[in-house]
Amino acid sequence: MIALGAVYQRFGSLPFAQAALRGMSAVAAGLVLAIGLKMTGGLQRHWRVWLFGALAFFAVGVLRWPLLAVVLVLAPLAIAAAWRDPPS
Amino acid sequence: VSRLPIAWALFVRLLLLSLIAVGGVTTVVPDIQRYVVDAEHWITATQFADAFALGQVAPGPNMMYITLVGWTIAGWSGAVAATAAMVVPPAVLTLMVARANTLSPGTRLGRAIRAGLGPITLGLMLASGWILATSVDRHWPGYIATAVTIVVVMRTRWNPLWLIAAGAVAGVVGLI
Repeated sequence: MIALGAVYQRFGSLPFAQAALRGMSAVAAGLVLAIGLKMTGGLQRHWRVWLFGALAFFAVGVLRWPLLAVVLVLAPLAIAAAWRDPPS
Repeated sequence: VSRLPIAWALFVRLLLLSLIAVGGVTTVVPDIQRYVVDAEHWITATQFADAFALGQVAPGPNMMYITLVGWTIAGWSGAVAATAAMVVPPAVLTLMVARANTLSPGTRLGRAIRAGLGPITLGLMLASGWILATSVDRHWPGYIATAVTIVVVMRTRWNPLWLIAAGAVAGVVGLI
């Protein structure tokens, strides 16, 4: 990893490397989104589950609120809501 | 200018973040990005996205992007600080939780925590992907590449490394 970092620091500003990295980072963003979307298939079919997922995405991704505040508010609410679920 | 104060500041911030990183190191992308790019201006949004992309290529866990971010900011001291901060607290926490789980498996609280945090984790992961896709000043070919990647990953079992390689080629030949 450090070797890769050293190479990046040395050559990362070359137009050739920047072009390659532009393509790589666009794909990497797609990978993360795709894995997240794939995993939604494993979620329960319950509106509450989708509500908490959507709230977390919107607060952090779109509004860019701090992760700490979002997690500290959403996590207890989500856990409390799941507390009443029947055992699966 | 000594880089140690910067490495130390990075260490403290990441230490706090790693404790609340439900769902792993991908979910802290938004906060690390805001801290090192928007707040401290240590690196640019492009450098951050580059580090993330390279972290996907390197062998090993994909948390390696954090090592690379640390390295880009403050060299060796930054790399060590960032890595240690991301590894140690979750490792300790995991051991504690695993121990509690062994002592009393399948408790109602444990089940509620897993069921409650699952969707939040996914929402945060999608937020990370969203920020990686939109923080860099891309043009529409970049967004198309991101969209195509999503479709390919959802529909095939191709190795992600090939996709990243394809992205690199597309970039070099001027498509993206």
